[in-house]
Amino acid sequence: MNAARQITEEHTSVLAVPAMHCAGCMSKIERGLLRREGVIAARVNLSSRMVTVTHDETVDENDLTRFIAEAGFEAQPRRRQAERPYSAVKPLLAPLAVAAFAAMNVMLLSVSVWSGAEGSTRELFHWISALIALPAIGFAGRPFFKSAWGAVKRGTTNMDVPISLGVIIASGLSLYETWVGGQHAWFDGALMLLTFLLAGRVLDAMMRDRARSGVEALVSQAAKGAQVVGADGTLTYLAAEELQPGMVMRIATGERLAADGEIVSGSSKFDQSLLTGESRPVALAQGEMALAGTLNLEAPVDVRVSSAGHDTTLAEIARLMEASTQDRSRYVRFADRAARLYAPAVHSLALLTVVGWLVAGASLYEALVIGVAVLIITCPCALGLAVPVAQVVASGALMRAGVMVKDGSAFERLASVDRALLDKTGTLTLGRPVPDAVALAALSNEEAGIALALASHSRHPLSRAMAKALATRGLAPVALENVVERAGEGVFATSHGRAVALTRPESSGTTAVLLRTGDGADRLIPIADTLRPDAREAIAQMRGQGIECSILSGDTARAVAAVAHETGLTAQANARPEDKQALVGRLRASGHKVLMVGDGLNDGPALAAADASIAPGSASDVGLQAADFVFVQDSLSALPRTVQVARRTMQVVKQNFALAIVYNVFAVPLAIAGLVTPLIAAVAMSASSLLVVANSLRLVRAAK
Amino acid sequence: MNGVLILLPIALLLGLAGLAAFFWALRNNQFDDPDGAAARILIDEEEDGAA
Repeated sequence: MNAARQITEEHTSVLAVPAMHCAGCMSKIERGLLRREGVIAARVNLSSRMVTVTHDETVDENDLTRFIAEAGFEAQPRRRQAERPYSAVKPLLAPLAVAAFAAMNVMLLSVSVWSGAEGSTRELFHWISALIALPAIGFAGRPFFKSAWGAVKRGTTNMDVPISLGVIIASGLSLYETWVGGQHAWFDGALMLLTFLLAGRVLDAMMRDRARSGVEALVSQAAKGAQVVGADGTLTYLAAEELQPGMVMRIATGERLAADGEIVSGSSKFDQSLLTGESRPVALAQGEMALAGTLNLEAPVDVRVSSAGHDTTLAEIARLMEASTQDRSRYVRFADRAARLYAPAVHSLALLTVVGWLVAGASLYEALVIGVAVLIITCPCALGLAVPVAQVVASGALMRAGVMVKDGSAFERLASVDRALLDKTGTLTLGRPVPDAVALAALSNEEAGIALALASHSRHPLSRAMAKALATRGLAPVALENVVERAGEGVFATSHGRAVALTRPESSGTTAVLLRTGDGADRLIPIADTLRPDAREAIAQMRGQGIECSILSGDTARAVAAVAHETGLTAQANARPEDKQALVGRLRASGHKVLMVGDGLNDGPALAAADASIAPGSASDVGLQAADFVFVQDSLSALPRTVQVARRTMQVVKQNFALAIVYNVFAVPLAIAGLVTPLIAAVAMSASSLLVVANSLRLVRAAK
Repeated sequence: MNGVLILLPIALLLGLAGLAAFFWALRNNQFDDPDGAAARILIDEEEDGAA
């Protein structure tokens, strides 16, 4: 902008903004940032939901987060800035481009051969084709050759084995044909096959990339750490990895603990729901242990670190999860299961054809040409597209409906689910405190105005919940004087000469706040976690889909009973993370296909162990990482919808396989009879691929 | 035949030029944000002064 700006040092920050989704959001954020003093450039990446900001040293990441918040979006600074996110698509794009380029040019030459080029012209064209095709096949075929070689080395087979064999044999034979000046070269077929298959792979990778970056943006990347009290009483901020046993952390109200430790001064209530699923705050006093990941609700406390990093309870849960994840990775995809039958069948068919023609008196060369034709015609071109195209279209439809798909094979696993376990806190319920609507409605406008004014002066979670609920009534906050917030007690002030306060009730069985307005009776407002909208309808729909649901919660029996009664589900309470995992294991062992729906850290092992798993977007980082699907709206109707889309996707996948098999039923006899020319192979291959893609596109509206 | 001898190299060169352009784009990170590129065209530049 001006000369002075040029001299100052430039910094680059990357912030995650999960909520942006359209051109309007992009321009709001970019312009909102550029208008600020100190911001030099801002560039949004919509695919990864990140914004890269170039700025001078007068602003830092906290300022940027505030600027974006003022533009109307929530943002979190990314912890690792320099690191480029790994993309599965990029390494495949170059092979796809090379294969497509070579296929088009070779096809052009082939067309003239098919339309009757003779003698030296045909020979010249074959030579040029070979010159283009051989290096292109060598480069573009590498992903398949590598995977096929890996499978063969392990003594198994996958889809890549018939593909690689078909391509290599076809190229070798075509080269021989070219050498001896023969009539048919198959370079175009081999290249087209690679192009179609690579397109399938790129689509598959694209879906995984998109979902992963979406989840990465949701996962809060903000540096987690704690204020550490030094020997001289000074406070320094240390990242979680730098915390050592023996250090004393000062935990402010509303802050999460970064390490396990013993409380050395102060006492407060802690929300352990992330670890245990128990929604009721636990009171802890001096000398008691507080665990990493719990939220301090009431008063600042000092905690001496007893274990940090890999020794915390948090890390223990992470280890449980890792074991479960390995267990699930043994799942064999539908396409690979099909390949186990398909590959040997195709190979023995080609071999039998060669032997058959030899027996019938054909020359070795003739028999080989026909054998290759069988291999090429049966090459799983449409099969390679059958699964990825259907999954990509379905996940696009789900994404528009607010559900992110993290893994393509999750569709297959979810489609067969017949049993669902739902966590309570944060899954069936919203997982955040909501003041009781009846108690709020009973407040007069004056009382509500005072409550809103008091609540807006505090950052305590309950105050914020109150402020949010009251703001919807459209009231103006009353003017207050002498506002004081006393930690662990509440907010106190005077209004028109009367003492008013929003405080913790002296004794109450449930979570609540007490409103004192000076005249009239004090008001007790219960604050509880409420059921998600449509929870009952969603569960009824799931039942209609043949999925039996039940609640599996770490919360107390009393709290679970209330929700169980409201939803009409059976429930198991007081379940520890390992109990949840064990129950999933038991159900699976008894032949059920289990869907786990959960959000918390305590659900992580169960999410990883279940056949399929879904987490709400508000879930803990662990929950988001472990789940196959993440839904971002409040409504629970995402569950039956996702199941429905998964089932329709599997239907389409199976139809695609059926189409591919029907195609083979017609084409293979022709190939065995020796009637297939390169022209027929090219037409048949493209026709079957187009058919499969068209069938998959029907899924575009699957999530409606 | 003579025509073909001229046309073939031209066709191949043009194709190769396209391929080279694609690799250039790939190396310049033009495929990093396909969704953003699609949405960016809808951003109204004139709005800048008014906002």
